[in-house]
Amino acid sequence: MALVPLLFLAVFFVWPVLTMIGRGLIVDGALDLSGFGEVFASARIRRVIWLTVAQAVVATGVSTALGLPLAFVAYRLRFPGRAVLRALAVMPFVMPTVVVGIAFRTLLAPGGALGGLGLDGTWTAIIAALVFFNISVVVRTVGVAWEGLDPRAGEVAASLGASPWQVLRTVTLPALAPAIVSAASVVFLFCATAFGVVLTMGGLRYGTIETEIYLQTVQFLDLRAAAVLSILQMVVVVSMLWVVSRTRGQDTGQRRGHRSGAAARPGAGHAAALVVTAAVVAFICAPILSLVTRSLRNQGGWTLEHYRNLSGSGEHNALLVTVWEAAANSLRIALVATILATALGLLVAITVGRPDRTARARRLRSAFDAAFMLPLGVSAVTVGFGFLITLNRPPLDLRTSPWLVPIAQATVALPLVVRTLVPVLRSIDDRLRQSAAVLGAGRARTFLTVDVPVLWRPLLAAAGFAMAVSLGEFGATSFLARDDNPTLPVVIYRLIGRPGTENAGMAMAGGVVLATMTVVLMGLVERLRVRGVGGF
Amino acid sequence: MVKYRRWCGVALAVVAAIGVAGCGGGDSARTDGDTTTVTVMTHDSWSAPDALIAGFEASTGYKLRFQSSGDAGEVTNKVVLTKDAPVADVVYGIDNTFATRAVDAGVLSAYVPGDLPASAAGFALEGDGADRLTPIDYGDVCVNIDDAWFADHGIAPPRSLDDLTKPAYRGLFVTPGAPTSSPGMAFLVATVGAFGESGWQDYWRALMRNGTKITSGWSDAYGVDFTAGEGNGTRPIVLSYASSPPFTIPKGGSRPTTSALLNTCFRQVEYAGVLEGSDNVAGAHAFIDFLVSREFQASLPENMYVFPVDDAVALPRLWERFAKVAPSPITVAPSTIAARRDEWLKAWADITSG
Repeated sequence: MALVPLLFLAVFFVWPVLTMIGRGLIVDGALDLSGFGEVFASARIRRVIWLTVAQAVVATGVSTALGLPLAFVAYRLRFPGRAVLRALAVMPFVMPTVVVGIAFRTLLAPGGALGGLGLDGTWTAIIAALVFFNISVVVRTVGVAWEGLDPRAGEVAASLGASPWQVLRTVTLPALAPAIVSAASVVFLFCATAFGVVLTMGGLRYGTIETEIYLQTVQFLDLRAAAVLSILQMVVVVSMLWVVSRTRGQDTGQRRGHRSGAAARPGAGHAAALVVTAAVVAFICAPILSLVTRSLRNQGGWTLEHYRNLSGSGEHNALLVTVWEAAANSLRIALVATILATALGLLVAITVGRPDRTARARRLRSAFDAAFMLPLGVSAVTVGFGFLITLNRPPLDLRTSPWLVPIAQATVALPLVVRTLVPVLRSIDDRLRQSAAVLGAGRARTFLTVDVPVLWRPLLAAAGFAMAVSLGEFGATSFLARDDNPTLPVVIYRLIGRPGTENAGMAMAGGVVLATMTVVLMGLVERLRVRGVGGF
Repeated sequence: MVKYRRWCGVALAVVAAIGVAGCGGGDSARTDGDTTTVTVMTHDSWSAPDALIAGFEASTGYKLRFQSSGDAGEVTNKVVLTKDAPVADVVYGIDNTFATRAVDAGVLSAYVPGDLPASAAGFALEGDGADRLTPIDYGDVCVNIDDAWFADHGIAPPRSLDDLTKPAYRGLFVTPGAPTSSPGMAFLVATVGAFGESGWQDYWRALMRNGTKITSGWSDAYGVDFTAGEGNGTRPIVLSYASSPPFTIPKGGSRPTTSALLNTCFRQVEYAGVLEGSDNVAGAHAFIDFLVSREFQASLPENMYVFPVDDAVALPRLWERFAKVAPSPITVAPSTIAARRDEWLKAWADITSG
């Protein structure tokens, strides 16, 4: 069963990446490793490595710290507008980086609303933008786990006199640890390989390994340096995953039952979480409001003109298809990518999420687990150029195939699906499965009665997330999308690169459409979950 | 569980099979020996009126397929990387800063269209490149100024590259960076051409001391930092194109509020070429003939904001009046650019990030 996702990974990830690295390191048939010495000798590259790690660590820390209270409020409290809050929390993740970069810079530039902070072009601005994009991952992954957490252990602790803070620290957080670590590792990978955000917010001053690979490949065509940097990037990513798997290994003893806690009404005891949530919501809304404002303004006045223009081809034929057609393409592609990512992710999660009975099995599983995280940690440029030079001959001539874009998006979404499902599966008490087996249930029946009821909700959540990823994915998509079949982010990017107020306004309006589309879709998924599994 | 397992495997195998089958199917890639489709690799700015494309397809019987593949640099590098199994028949969008790299890599086959406009000769490459790449269009990358801002503030606008380093213009200039933006690269080359190999670095140090801001791309330099862009910019001097001013004619107005400094321009020339190993050489030739035809040349200004190499083609009215070309742009030989580009970029990065 594990073979299908492995094969997928091998063909659509490992092969292209290795071929691309091989181009750089194999010169005239012989392996040439002299590039390593040269690259490491450069003071600039050492600075780049340091900045990459520092940036990813700080952004991950901040995203996690701010995301936890939000996850609590959005998934454990009951109040009107909760669905809106949940959808809002996911919105940043799918916003096209170019548009958000410009929205952020509109705010932070000296003439902008927050220009007084003097943050334009600083390292802080990069971190803020990374947090903006990644907080969704924390809210979503941890929130879903939190929602399904059996509240009884906490209730017992409270009845024994533990303060809410003690319950959180000694019962809840340890129980959530697998989900938190999962989310943090995904965020780390996103931050360590961030590209568009880093360039837009900080120019080249705060270059990372990823921007360096881009420059070496696209500008200098120095494949040797690019290969060395790609390997370096993988080393950083793999060592991080190793650290994480060590952390995950510590079991908490807290088990999940079938009864998940009823959501509470917000009260005075939640003040701290509510304040942080309000602050984070304001932080998320600021660039989005700046975007909405720009989409509604033209030559000093308010107007809906940019939205009306979306059904045209832009000033001076900037577009080959209208923004609405691109939105339809996006939805179609997202549907295929979601099905692919969810199906493959489920297979991986079932393989990884089962308890291990021997140490060897455990090591094997964590290696398997890590393998599916790798696509997030490897440069999109390396993968993209790798696609170009590998998947170009029969029987796998996929370069212009309509399947390529959903496949690439599924590769990106797959780790998120796995990360959402694995903590849930891991937290199922294996004794439940053993009891079922003792009572005569076969393996399929055990799976259906023990795993599926718990897995069902997170699976829908994961599918929703995969869809959001696919809708917003730009890097791989722009590399692979066909001109007659572009997605919404690709079209927005095209508009923004053109002269003319009309095109810039349309790009902003397109960004708002994309964000709205995502919020509506996520809202629908939320409803589906409530209706479909209300009984659990 | 075993049954369940097998079932899943089968289902996914089916999905995978459909995937692979779908890929090999009818409307997919250019397959070997396909002589009815012409696959064109272009930069992201490609744009042409539908009617012209339909006309080409109707009169030649070829179907056109476009693959936009990033900026001029990415297009060139993709062409070089896929030398063994070319992904297209013809490439359009390699510019004079990258031309030599493509020619030297031997990825282009010789072709000169029979009815190349006489004025195109002035844009032809020297040496090997002359018959490998056909010039199609050109555009001048120039410093633009917001005349309205300078009038409002009662400051005399700058007139030359040297002026940009003067205290009066401190903190007023924004330009996209050379490694991440092709106009940014063109400006770097312009400064090399204007100040020479020995002087350009000092010029950039002076620019940086004078508070020059560097963004990653043209769109956020013009759209966020420039005072006449769409944002609330604070910098009235920006690096853009000679064709930008007509876009700043206010609604109801008749004159642009910005202008280009024509003595600061570097001329970017864009070329098309037939890829070595193309399986539709005749189709590729027909497409290049089409690119230099009167009709296509006339569509260039309105669609890609560039000037046609054919000087017999009439320009749009607004262009005639407000989008002037530089009378004598700053020039650097493409072969020099190809040989020195990497070193320039590295030195530039040290100066601007230090």
